[in-house]
Amino acid sequence: MIARPKHQRMVLVILALVAVLGAVLLAMWGLKDRAAYFYTPADVAAGKASAGKGMRLGGMVERGSVRRDGDGVTTRFIVEDGEASVPVTYRGILPDLFREGSGVVAEGQLVADRSFVADNILAKHDERYMPPELGNQDAEHKAGRTLKR
Amino acid sequence: MIAEAGLAALWLAAALSLLGLFLSVVHVRGKLDADRAVRSLAIVQGVLCLLAFAMLLVAFANTDLSVALVAENSHSAKPLIYKIAGAWGNHEGSMLLWVTVLGLSGTALAAFSRQLPSRTLIAALGAQAALALGFHAFLLFASNPFARLDPPAPQGRGLNPLLQDPGLAFHPPTLYLGYVGLSVAFSLAVGAMLAGDVDRKLARAMRPWVLGAWIFLTLGITAGSYWAYYELGWGGWWFWDPVENASLMPWLASTALLHSVAVLAARNALKAWTMMLAVIAFSMSMVGTFLVRSGILTSVHAFAVDPTRGAFILILLGLYVTAAFLLFAVRAATLREGAPFDPVSREAAIVVNNLLLTVILGIVFIGTLYPLMAEAVSGEKISVGAPYFNAVAGPLAILLGILLAVGPLLSWRQEKRPVLRKLALPALFAATALVIAFLALPQATVLAKLGLALAAGLIPAAVLPLIGRNPLRTPLAVWGMAIAHLGAGVAVAGMAADSAFTVEKLTASRPGETVSVGPWLVRFESVAPVAGPNWTAVEAELRASRGGGVQILRPQSRFFTSPPTETNEAAIKTLLNGQLYTVLGQADAEGRWQLRLWWKPLVTLIWFGGVLVGLGGLLAFVGHARRAWRRRALI
Repeated sequence: MIARPKHQRMVLVILALVAVLGAVLLAMWGLKDRAAYFYTPADVAAGKASAGKGMRLGGMVERGSVRRDGDGVTTRFIVEDGEASVPVTYRGILPDLFREGSGVVAEGQLVADRSFVADNILAKHDERYMPPELGNQDAEHKAGRTLKR
Repeated sequence: MIAEAGLAALWLAAALSLLGLFLSVVHVRGKLDADRAVRSLAIVQGVLCLLAFAMLLVAFANTDLSVALVAENSHSAKPLIYKIAGAWGNHEGSMLLWVTVLGLSGTALAAFSRQLPSRTLIAALGAQAALALGFHAFLLFASNPFARLDPPAPQGRGLNPLLQDPGLAFHPPTLYLGYVGLSVAFSLAVGAMLAGDVDRKLARAMRPWVLGAWIFLTLGITAGSYWAYYELGWGGWWFWDPVENASLMPWLASTALLHSVAVLAARNALKAWTMMLAVIAFSMSMVGTFLVRSGILTSVHAFAVDPTRGAFILILLGLYVTAAFLLFAVRAATLREGAPFDPVSREAAIVVNNLLLTVILGIVFIGTLYPLMAEAVSGEKISVGAPYFNAVAGPLAILLGILLAVGPLLSWRQEKRPVLRKLALPALFAATALVIAFLALPQATVLAKLGLALAAGLIPAAVLPLIGRNPLRTPLAVWGMAIAHLGAGVAVAGMAADSAFTVEKLTASRPGETVSVGPWLVRFESVAPVAGPNWTAVEAELRASRGGGVQILRPQSRFFTSPPTETNEAAIKTLLNGQLYTVLGQADAEGRWQLRLWWKPLVTLIWFGGVLVGLGGLLAFVGHARRAWRRRALI
């Protein structure tokens, strides 16, 4: 049952095309509900983010908002962007550069009461490295503040 | 002087690449016999790159603060090993290392591939010179590592403490040897398509490069995974971070290429197919370089955000990939058809292996680039992580694992024996493991259960090709294949075990208190300050016991002075059946310290498996090299 060379080449070309098409379709299907969108507190206030879906929340840690629960490992704080704020709960060890008044990205999901439960916290890494999302936001944030004054 | 010498060497190397490219075109068009000239130019060009890189190492070793790159990234108070490693722990230095490896690959290709027809070899060296030329231009015009600083800085700014680690010293060079080794496969494919000589001889010349690059990629990824595991202190070993994906994509492509080039070498089949994979594999290396070096990623690894650099690499990438694809489109139809084979044969199994790897590659590629595309097009910020990759690529990886058990047992061209009977025992193991996993591990994910079953079948199946052979007369390449496949099974076992069996405990405790995690009782003895060469830390002492023996662990929270940064140093105790992983967090006002403890049964199998895969590759490499040497000695 060995195919003729020409015929075999045709089959291989078709297989390769099917594989590429299959990869694209599978990826699109997977991305449809597994990609996490990045929202700011203002987006959340405007109702853009839906509860129960994986997402990232980015903004500033509000000064004076960081509290630790009685268990010693659950931290509550508020993420704000100058327009709105979202309360965040996180159970775990905070990254080293997590500070009040500095930038943060929380990964997790919104729960029914518009608060955010984080599985992971990313903070500004050092003075040179910063997630691009935070970089812009920092600048925009400062610009916004200056304008408001 | 040192910096100027380095810069001069780079300019000269660029000029020689240009000359080499020109002469190779003349030679391939048959106007002039420039064989020796092109080969000599390739050799000298590589040596000049090496010289430039050595100059940069000297500048870093002496902390020459009049060199801008040194002032930006080093500090005189750093241990010497990190001063030297700092030379490639930054954008410009690592690109210089990349170009050096590219140049030296050209040197090796010119020196060792004499068995190829002259036109093919010279065309390949021309392609290699064209690659070198573009990246030389990138260094000289957009990323000069030797730029002077006037006046010199009084003190350096230091190196990101996360990168001050022995892992850094060899991790990027290892990966680069893999990335750039694939450039030779690319150049050979381009050369062979130009000269019209795609045959077994070409496959034999290409195989050591693919195999070598693949070994380095395998070991580099394994080491990188372990580095992230112990350095980040998050207890995970793979984060689907774009930088990790940047190294995974060339690995997937080169794994496919490795198998198809073997078909071409043994059976003279899959000609155009193999050429295509060679082009894709190095394209993925360049995509990886673009992702990491352009600084467009949200990642620890992105050193600088500089749009001109990103655009430069993107243009180079577009130019080379488009040219290679166009050449392929024009030449593929003129290649002779490969030798035929049956739908049930070793060749067919390798075709399916290639298809699965390509689909996985496509899924990883799209998932990695989609956020960048989405942001560029609509301004939406999206991140794609483990939920996507595990759900979409995971099942395909399981299929690939099943195929891996069957493929090596099939014979070339046409299978007439009842092969599946040999697999009865591994299949029984896998089925038993699957039933046990579903009954006894309700909390594990489906993927983890399937992974456990796959590993139970794959580990015995991988050694079947060795059974019934005389171990001393079995070719090294067959040993290598069996060991690499065994390594894949072992790594799958580790990944699935980590996912299914890991126990985690997060507490806030005072010294003197005891915490339990899995089978362990961990007593928090004390916290005390300690100091290192350029850091200070608080260190906890943990005394872990399980039945008899006692283990001491000392996780730290470190403060670096230049630049000022804190890091968590996890303390990990490796035992025969797993690892105890501990992280010290912050203290609260009541004197309690946060502790995060994991008991990870069998987790070390992940990296042990990775090393086995690399070892299998090395055995195959030695086996093929010995055979080629003997063949040449006969002539």
